[in-house]
Amino acid sequence: MPDSPTTAVSNPPVQEFVNNLGASDMISRSATGDLPPPARRLTEVAKLIDVSKCIGCKACQSACIEWNDTSPAIEDNVGIYMNPHDLTPEMFTLMRFSEWVNPETDNLEWLIRKDGCMHCTDPGCLKACPAPGAIVQYSNGIVDFVHENCIGCGYCVKGCPFNIPRISKTDHRAYKCTLCSDRVAVGQGPACAKACPTQAIVFGTKADMIKHAEGRITDLKSRGYANAGLYDPPGVGGTHVMYVLHHADKPHIYDGLPDNPKISAVVQTWKGVTKYVGLAAMSFAAAASVLHGVFAKPNRVAPEDDANAERLVGGGPEERT
Amino acid sequence: MTNSWTDIRNTDLVIVMGGNAAEAHPCGFKWVTEAKANRGAKLIVVDPRYTRTASVSDFYAPIRQGTDIAFLLGVIRYCIENNKVQWEYAKNFTNAALIVKDAFAYHDGLFTGYDAEKRDYDRTSWDYELGPDGFAQIDMTLQHPRCVWNLLKQHVDIYTPEMVERICGTPKEKFLTVARMIGESSAPDKAMTSMYALGWTQHSSGSQNIRTMAMLQLILGNIGIRGGGMNALRGHSNIQGLTDVGLLSQYMPGYLNMPVEKETNLKTYLSTRQFKPLRPGQTSYWQNYPKFFVSLQKAMFGAAATAENDWAYDYLPKLDVPAYDVLRTFELMFNGKVNGYFCQGFNPILAFPNRAKITASLSNLKWLVTMDPLDTETSRFWQNHGEYNDVDTKSIQTEVIQLPTTCFAEEEGSLTNSGRWLQWHWPGGSPPGEAKHDNWIMGQIFVRLRALYRKEGGAFPDPILNLTWDYKDENEPKPDELAREMNGRALTDLHDPTDATKIVVPAGKQVANFSQLRDDGTTSSGCWIYSGCFNEAGNNMARRDNTDADGLGTYPNWTWSWPVNRRTLYNRASADLQGKPWDPSRKILEWDGAKWIGSDVPDIAPTAKPEEVGPFIMNAEGSARLFARGMLRDGPFPVHYEPFESPVANVINPEIRGNPVVRVFLDDVAQFGTPDEFPYAATSYRLTEHFHFWTKHNRVNAALQPEFFVELSEELAKEKNIPLGGWVRVWSKRGSIRAKAVVTKRIRPLICNGKTVHIIGIPLHWGFMGEAKKGFGPNSLTPFVGDANIDTPEYKAFLVNIEPTSGPAEV
Amino acid sequence: MNMEVSRRGFLRAAGVGVAGTALGAFGFSAAEAAEVAHVRAYKLAMTTETRNTCPYCSVACGVILYSKGDLRKGQTAEITHIEGDADHPTNRGTLCPKGAALKDFVHAKTRLNYPMVRKPGSDKFERVSWDEALDRVVRLMKDDRDANFIAKNKDGVAVNRWTSVGFLAASATTNETAYATYKVARSVGLLAFDNQARV
Repeated sequence: MPDSPTTAVSNPPVQEFVNNLGASDMISRSATGDLPPPARRLTEVAKLIDVSKCIGCKACQSACIEWNDTSPAIEDNVGIYMNPHDLTPEMFTLMRFSEWVNPETDNLEWLIRKDGCMHCTDPGCLKACPAPGAIVQYSNGIVDFVHENCIGCGYCVKGCPFNIPRISKTDHRAYKCTLCSDRVAVGQGPACAKACPTQAIVFGTKADMIKHAEGRITDLKSRGYANAGLYDPPGVGGTHVMYVLHHADKPHIYDGLPDNPKISAVVQTWKGVTKYVGLAAMSFAAAASVLHGVFAKPNRVAPEDDANAERLVGGGPEERT
Repeated sequence: MTNSWTDIRNTDLVIVMGGNAAEAHPCGFKWVTEAKANRGAKLIVVDPRYTRTASVSDFYAPIRQGTDIAFLLGVIRYCIENNKVQWEYAKNFTNAALIVKDAFAYHDGLFTGYDAEKRDYDRTSWDYELGPDGFAQIDMTLQHPRCVWNLLKQHVDIYTPEMVERICGTPKEKFLTVARMIGESSAPDKAMTSMYALGWTQHSSGSQNIRTMAMLQLILGNIGIRGGGMNALRGHSNIQGLTDVGLLSQYMPGYLNMPVEKETNLKTYLSTRQFKPLRPGQTSYWQNYPKFFVSLQKAMFGAAATAENDWAYDYLPKLDVPAYDVLRTFELMFNGKVNGYFCQGFNPILAFPNRAKITASLSNLKWLVTMDPLDTETSRFWQNHGEYNDVDTKSIQTEVIQLPTTCFAEEEGSLTNSGRWLQWHWPGGSPPGEAKHDNWIMGQIFVRLRALYRKEGGAFPDPILNLTWDYKDENEPKPDELAREMNGRALTDLHDPTDATKIVVPAGKQVANFSQLRDDGTTSSGCWIYSGCFNEAGNNMARRDNTDADGLGTYPNWTWSWPVNRRTLYNRASADLQGKPWDPSRKILEWDGAKWIGSDVPDIAPTAKPEEVGPFIMNAEGSARLFARGMLRDGPFPVHYEPFESPVANVINPEIRGNPVVRVFLDDVAQFGTPDEFPYAATSYRLTEHFHFWTKHNRVNAALQPEFFVELSEELAKEKNIPLGGWVRVWSKRGSIRAKAVVTKRIRPLICNGKTVHIIGIPLHWGFMGEAKKGFGPNSLTPFVGDANIDTPEYKAFLVNIEPTSGPAEV
Repeated sequence: MNMEVSRRGFLRAAGVGVAGTALGAFGFSAAEAAEVAHVRAYKLAMTTETRNTCPYCSVACGVILYSKGDLRKGQTAEITHIEGDADHPTNRGTLCPKGAALKDFVHAKTRLNYPMVRKPGSDKFERVSWDEALDRVVRLMKDDRDANFIAKNKDGVAVNRWTSVGFLAASATTNETAYATYKVARSVGLLAFDNQARV
């Protein structure tokens, strides 16, 4: 495999490690205005998902569950291959299957897309999040949820143009793909990329991934996919999870991948307000809770919070695509 | 596999037919995607369903299950007609030029010698015309009307593209596209690989399905070369090993045969196994059969096997039937003729056809012993689980002893992969509870049984009392001891046959490989083809040097491959008649004027001259067989026969139902369905989220594919008023199941001989134990009939009916 | 504006996270407060690695078992993670959805722990000792073999077969287990002897 990225060509270390991805690498932090500039700038990383190489085997889901120690529910069959039926707080990635008849060739194409957090350069979830430090972005491009700081309000879900985060009914916190920040921190690629049998998922620097994608696109074009291309949507400043699509001119055929995802203008403005109101409120509340010793009580989102959030960001993500 | 998984990277064209590699072998399929990405290789999928393999294919053609022979004979016809033949290869490396006996003929689906009463052939006419010198007659010009090539041409003539469409339901244009793509690999520097699995074996003409593709590959010159080959993607992690070590009724280790009772002594037994070369100067390697047989008997019975007692020939049980295969055994059990049964890591009530018959048979047993890491359905066949196992527990008088074993993660030893690599593994976890290693369990059973025979005497105790069991701890033979025993050793000093003063192997030392085995009782080897796996160099199966010196994926120092660490079988055929590689960029071997050199172990004597010695050294002809002689029961050429349960009549000969020589038991004939009552063609298969009946025991895989379903087309769903995700009842002549309906564009009705054929797909991973939702398997429906040659059950083509229904009662 | 209203919930709940957040607001810099926002602790640190082979299909992917405890040091070992072996030439570290979830097979709730016996007509398994189970197995074997062994056929030819008992061997056992099983099965005269390769 001369040209293939090399994520899976090393085995994870087993020695004790000093975490190499820390607070000093943060470039933005939810509801935090005074984040100092990072001392260093990490190289941007990216996961590239080549849909044309994907065999829909769900190894990524399996590896994700095992690495992150989640336990998705054993659901029913509802007439399709997709299980669980949606992303859940226990299932950070999901193979979505679309049976699409190409109108040009009249041939069936079974489009299988691995769904999950795109790790946007301009992350709508982080912008929408009112809880200081519940969502952070590192200089390597990873957008991570810090569950200890999460208040379970669900604004991240509303703010996400890809409809990715899910709120746990058990601990009322938001969950999504971390890009295996704990593996990246010790120099490993994400568990899904390691597992992927056909290496349809590869991981490396964003520059390398774009270069690798170019080779794949050339190959696809030679096989008659004239519109093959890279999905790295500019509306969110680009992403750190990208797709190679055989039909990049119509992302929506891949089970509703947004053609041109953007963060709602409301979320953009809202962020400006939280900077002042939010932090002051948080400080007060935190002090009070320390005094009262309420560290383990589950968060509840009041219905009115939810309603307000709806109004703020202007409906669910499907309406914005 | 003739080649290895990693060799698939070298191909130009992959044909997946009779298998679904992306789903059943995802990490092996990686090498298909690598060949596509790095070499521009193409992938063709021919399957009744548009599978996940098809989803990444360059071309997909639908086919009705059970008609692969017609399709492939059609491709052979296309290649012959359009001169898409690798001529130098086909002429010199196959038996194309050999002359067949005058008496041999074929008419309307039957060859000469058919006996309808016996459902068998007298195969004497299916052979070569021998000359006075005892060698097969030959016509290298291929002009002789009875040479194999001309008989083949005549035989395939009926399989026109139109006929293929009539039988297979594959639209003519799609068939021709596939044929054209395949035909391109007849160029000497183009390679096609065939990746197949149970989609070909689980048919009443399973062996011939595979043979037809092998013939095509030979005509195209694709056997023995990099990126080519016949690649059987085997099912279980060590199914290759269990086959190699001979754990099948009629086999002994290393593909030696169990004797039949007509072979009353060793001399008679060996007389039919002389393997005299059929062409001058040919190797005919099986001439060494006696060496391997005697060495095996010495490994088994040590000093008790002597020249005087025919190397303990009488210790071996003798077959009175071709084999006690699982179908025959369960037929006997069904009729009350089997009292006790062992299931070591096997789950027959989900794995064998006609589950009602299997359950009734198990209920006839006096005792059943199961050994498994998991709590299997078979060990609980007596337990009522509502509609999922509706048995009358009280009336089942079988005593069941369930023994807990360790699993892979807790044990040590070797597994042989599909590419014949024997890979050693090590334990990393402590077993749960009192679970024990299988070696300990087998050791305990043997040692305790032997003690009873020592104490009490009994029926013919000799083989038990004399079985070699000289392990350090007789209670538990260690993996390395058993591996060394299979490799074999010198029992006395082995002298060089050409120089008696030279000792080749001193007494007690391991032999280097099977070339040192002898038929005079001076060597022992438990499995000759594994000889070399653990010799004086150590445990070669534990080697972990993954250097790929030639960059072509040979990995000669990674573990060990049988035979003699050879990675590509028949690799002599990768070079032309003079010994020059057909494709220098994919060289395996070449003749340097004196010997064969290259990156793999030559599959020929290293000094065998290329123009004299043929590459197929195991065959007495030295060449590969387009015409199989009498080696297969159902014909020297493949013929299209319909499955036993087929939606359409056989268009070649409507009188013939199924394969005409398949063994069918009387009680099963009455249970074959017909299309008037069961109009839909069903097939069964694996899904990528599960492995057989194991992974439903774990939460992760159960979450990824939780519940039993069947798949059908939108057209049939509409016709039957079946909604997406609704409940359906599917039934055959033998049983009825309830399932969720996956309604899909990936299955389309086919038009076969003017008739619309609807296909129903039934995956096989559910039962009543474990984490996944309770469900059924296709074996509740499938017929109790097998392949003509090896009796593998026909799981891939059978008839059912379907209707919408309500969900199961809440339990 | 609306913001204040929507924040009421947060006021109640904000302290529930980690004290660091609150401390940060009380005079520590935001960056220091964010120290707690580190990534999850790396879970393979200080585990033992063992090379193994996936037991499912015949691709035979290399896997690494990660365990707490080391069998080679005579300790008990609990497998905590399984991942593809990147040094393996076939799978190069990748695994399919089955292989990637091997840990859950190893620790399945339905793993068997003890020998059990179900008596004729009974509706349950009962635990027995290994000695009881094995002695029972060989007694059943011997009684049947002695009663039904066929030493000679009707022509008086030695055939030495035992066909009233059958044995299904497992194609997921090792070659070494297979060979030991072969020796035992053939030495007692079994012919109804098959493995998954048949089906």
